[in-house]
Amino acid sequence: MDTSRRNKLLIGLGVVGAILLGKLFYIQIIDDRYKRDASNNSMVYETIYPTRGIIYDRNGRIIVGNKVAYDILVTPREVRPFDTLALASALGVDPLFIREKMKEYERSRSRIGYQSVVMLKQLSPERYMKFAELKYLFPGFDGQVRSIRDYPFNAGGNLLGYVSEVDADYIKRHEGEYRPGDYAGKTGIEAAREQDLRGEKGYHIYLRDSRNRIQTAYMDGAMDKDAVPGNDIVTTIDAALQQYGQELMRNKVGSVVAIEPATGEILAMVSSPGIDVEMLADIGQHYNEIASDPYKPMFNRTVQASYPPGSVFKLVNGLIGLQEGVLQPETTYPCYNGYYYSSNRKLGCHTHRSPLNLKEAIMMSCNGYFCYVLRSVLENRKYKSTAEAFDRWREYVTSFGLGDKLGSDFPSELGGNVPTSKYYDRIYGKNGWRFPTIVSLSIGQGEMGVTPLQIANLCATVANRGYYYIPHIVKDSENVRIDDRFREKKYTLVDTTEFYKVIDGMYLAVNGGAGSGGTAVSAAVPGLDICGKTGTAQNPRGADNSVFICFAPKDNPKIAVAAYIENAGFGATWACPIASLLVEKYLTGGIREERKYVEQRVLEGDLMSRVKTD
Amino acid sequence: MYDAPQRTLKQSVDWKLVVCYLLLVLIGWINIYAASHAAEGASMLDFSVRSGKQFVWILTSLGLAALILFVFNPRLWEVISVPTYLFVLVLLVAVIVLGVEVKGSRSWFALGPVRFQPAEVSKIATSLLLATVMSRPGFKLTQPRGLLQVAAVIGLPMLVILAESETGSALVYLGFVFVLYREGLSGWVLVAIGAAVLLFVLTLTASPYASALVLIGMVGLFYYAHAGRLKYWPWIEGAALVFLAFLPKLLALFTDFAPLTALAAISGVMLLYLAWKAMRRRDRVLWVAIAAFLVGVALIYSTSFIFNSVLQDHQRKRIEVLLGLKEDPAGVGYNVNQSMIAIGSGGLFGKGFLQGTQTAYGFVPEQSTDFIFCTVGEEWGFAGCLAVILLYIFMISRIIIDAERCRENYTRIYGYCVASLIFMHLLINIGMTIGLVPVIGIPLPFLSYGGSSLWAFTILLFIFLALYRQERKYF
Repeated sequence: MDTSRRNKLLIGLGVVGAILLGKLFYIQIIDDRYKRDASNNSMVYETIYPTRGIIYDRNGRIIVGNKVAYDILVTPREVRPFDTLALASALGVDPLFIREKMKEYERSRSRIGYQSVVMLKQLSPERYMKFAELKYLFPGFDGQVRSIRDYPFNAGGNLLGYVSEVDADYIKRHEGEYRPGDYAGKTGIEAAREQDLRGEKGYHIYLRDSRNRIQTAYMDGAMDKDAVPGNDIVTTIDAALQQYGQELMRNKVGSVVAIEPATGEILAMVSSPGIDVEMLADIGQHYNEIASDPYKPMFNRTVQASYPPGSVFKLVNGLIGLQEGVLQPETTYPCYNGYYYSSNRKLGCHTHRSPLNLKEAIMMSCNGYFCYVLRSVLENRKYKSTAEAFDRWREYVTSFGLGDKLGSDFPSELGGNVPTSKYYDRIYGKNGWRFPTIVSLSIGQGEMGVTPLQIANLCATVANRGYYYIPHIVKDSENVRIDDRFREKKYTLVDTTEFYKVIDGMYLAVNGGAGSGGTAVSAAVPGLDICGKTGTAQNPRGADNSVFICFAPKDNPKIAVAAYIENAGFGATWACPIASLLVEKYLTGGIREERKYVEQRVLEGDLMSRVKTD
Repeated sequence: MYDAPQRTLKQSVDWKLVVCYLLLVLIGWINIYAASHAAEGASMLDFSVRSGKQFVWILTSLGLAALILFVFNPRLWEVISVPTYLFVLVLLVAVIVLGVEVKGSRSWFALGPVRFQPAEVSKIATSLLLATVMSRPGFKLTQPRGLLQVAAVIGLPMLVILAESETGSALVYLGFVFVLYREGLSGWVLVAIGAAVLLFVLTLTASPYASALVLIGMVGLFYYAHAGRLKYWPWIEGAALVFLAFLPKLLALFTDFAPLTALAAISGVMLLYLAWKAMRRRDRVLWVAIAAFLVGVALIYSTSFIFNSVLQDHQRKRIEVLLGLKEDPAGVGYNVNQSMIAIGSGGLFGKGFLQGTQTAYGFVPEQSTDFIFCTVGEEWGFAGCLAVILLYIFMISRIIIDAERCRENYTRIYGYCVASLIFMHLLINIGMTIGLVPVIGIPLPFLSYGGSSLWAFTILLFIFLALYRQERKYF
């Protein structure tokens, strides 16, 4: 028994040894899956960031380019004792900052391991050169070149938008497209055309040796992937006009939007106060400053602020009256400092002669006249009820691009508000409201809100005599196609033949001459045939908002502008000169000598103190 | 007066075993250095890093070895085996209360900077007592009394260690079954253990049906082998098995009757017939076969219960990963996957000393302790693995052969204990690193970093060498 059992056990031992060796032989020599996995483990992918697409204005001028900056990387494992003060002075930072950072790396050393971490971002090349000369003193510190945004032209931070590092939330929302450390456009054009601008990342593959030193390029770079630069974007913006608009809007709160009526291309889009382009490149540094500004520079008023349109809306009501056949150009209505919509309640008006016909009512912006107009629209026998008439009226209004988003390619556009009959039913009960209840809508007040972009689009629609193209900021180009919806004429429900009747009034409002009663005579520029309409919209927070829309020339218009200045008073006082200066600048390239004083006044005007910020 | 022909010191020590031991320890030390140098970058003798510390452990182990071999009287071990065993049992229980928790199990004492695991010592104590008990005059393993004593000696520490959640160390105790086999335990016990593991794995990976077929085949084989009619087995049972293997397909053609139910019905009828036959012929072997079959069926049916309810979560996951039931390369499978990558990437001759990339980046966890074999595999390749495994096999077989040569039962039994323990560690540890055995955290003898383990295996081995030397001195 003895030796036989011993032998059996020895055989068993041999069998187990053979099984172990067999498996080892298999995984070490036959199956090369593990060698591949091992080289995957030891491969280092170094991302090559693509350069972001350049943004041009409509005249081929670069408004957003790229420039070189340097990030300072630290590999904590490789850092040896160094002179903190010398490093701080080379990098131009506080020594305490470096001490803090080094402590932080020490705390999280197990997480960092052999990796490099970014200590300082976006050093200018000049600053980096200072560091580079002394780099040998600081093992473990290195620079990494990085392309950042450059703004050769001050074309407005809100319009252009900023690019910043993606956060966890952004990565989640764009499943699989971004990784931590990537940058993406967050607002404005940068966000609108992120897909085109960003390009495609590439990578170099390196092999590490057993001490984690990068040794060689993997397969001599055969497997590397080059970065594909982003597509360049040509915008519809006229950079000079945009910049001029910004200068005019300095120290005022509000918006100016200019559109080319024949194409719907946005020529300028100014939201004031805005983000300075100086801050855009490194928005993170300035973020708190911007966010805590009481005037909310991040808030892009051109597409996000919803205001009552004020008297410029009289144009729409007039056109609806004409189309419905309840108003003729010759129709006159009386106005004695206002319109009595009940025995003792009056919607006031300023002093002007009376009675007026349609043309004159637009020219002088008579409130009373348009109360009669809206009443005749809403009390039309054609409709069974005020509500039915009102819904018809609303259809007309929305056909002007009001009450809902226009569908522009500019991000974060809001739609404003045009109430429905149901809305009034809810408040006053069914049939519980009549024209007098909503009389304010006659003059663009009350329960309606529109964005400056929509007002500018309204102006372009009138300039086009009845249609508009959806306003947009990107021009079609070979690499960057725009959606077909931007090439489609959107007609209003008002016949194109009706429009000249209100345009005549707009022409007179500007060109009626001093003493004619025209509300916008200060906007007149000889030879430009500017047509305009002032507005003064009530603002529950302080002084009235000053509104002005205009287009020029009268025939075959080249530009339509809307200016909306918060708390600036009459339309004629601030919005009118700003818009007319913009038109003049665009059409003639300069400001006539006799209008220099207007320009001077606007540039020096400071209305900030009128705006309530709490 | 006649002087027995004494052998000199040089002759009486089994120097081959000692050299084998020294080689393994040296290999361990070199690989511990390789495993930790990238992270720590220090010299081999820097005492703040693992290789430096291991050097201290090696020196102290050599001191211990010398003491055991040349100073202590080898008779001492037999004398102190009972108190040592009891003392270790107390330690094992105490550690549950007083120990520190390391990776989910309370099995370490912390004495300042030094940590020590009583489970390591308990292997020695158990081996010593087992040898003492089994070498007593009149001891018979085949008698229930002897079997009970042996079961108690092995089972007590094993249960306490299980309670410490040191499943790995407890599993090693199963190795004592080889000692018992050598001392007369029926070989069928080994076969039964093997069959149970096979059925368990088959039930999980294939199906209970396949498992049942294999059970029928195995029991039949056992019966025919015992009855000495082995040549009939392929004809009778082979045909039946082929038929049964196609039964599910046939059933699926005609009815939706579950194959397992059909199989149960057929087996039930057959069992009744066989039982009747066994009764008439007074065939004990047939009775045993029937019983074995029923036990096997019970095991197959309780497999999913054992798997899902008795095993702990992490144990179940490790088995699932091993059997390929679940892919989990980031979670439980991470260790094994990374360890196989490290070993597999070594190729024939390895990447060379300190050139292992997987080892160096710390992809493999527990690199210098439980997974030290990865470093061997990666840096020294298949050649290195072959050398290490051959050294172990040489060591184990040499111990067995030496043990057999001894006159005294005590030395022989103790020798088998040592061989079995080293064997179990070898099988489980290396098997785990190459994905043959579920991940069970036990060290590789002599190679893994750690004082507790190195001391324990050194003492274990050198007590045997001392006992052997004592015999060789005179015979």
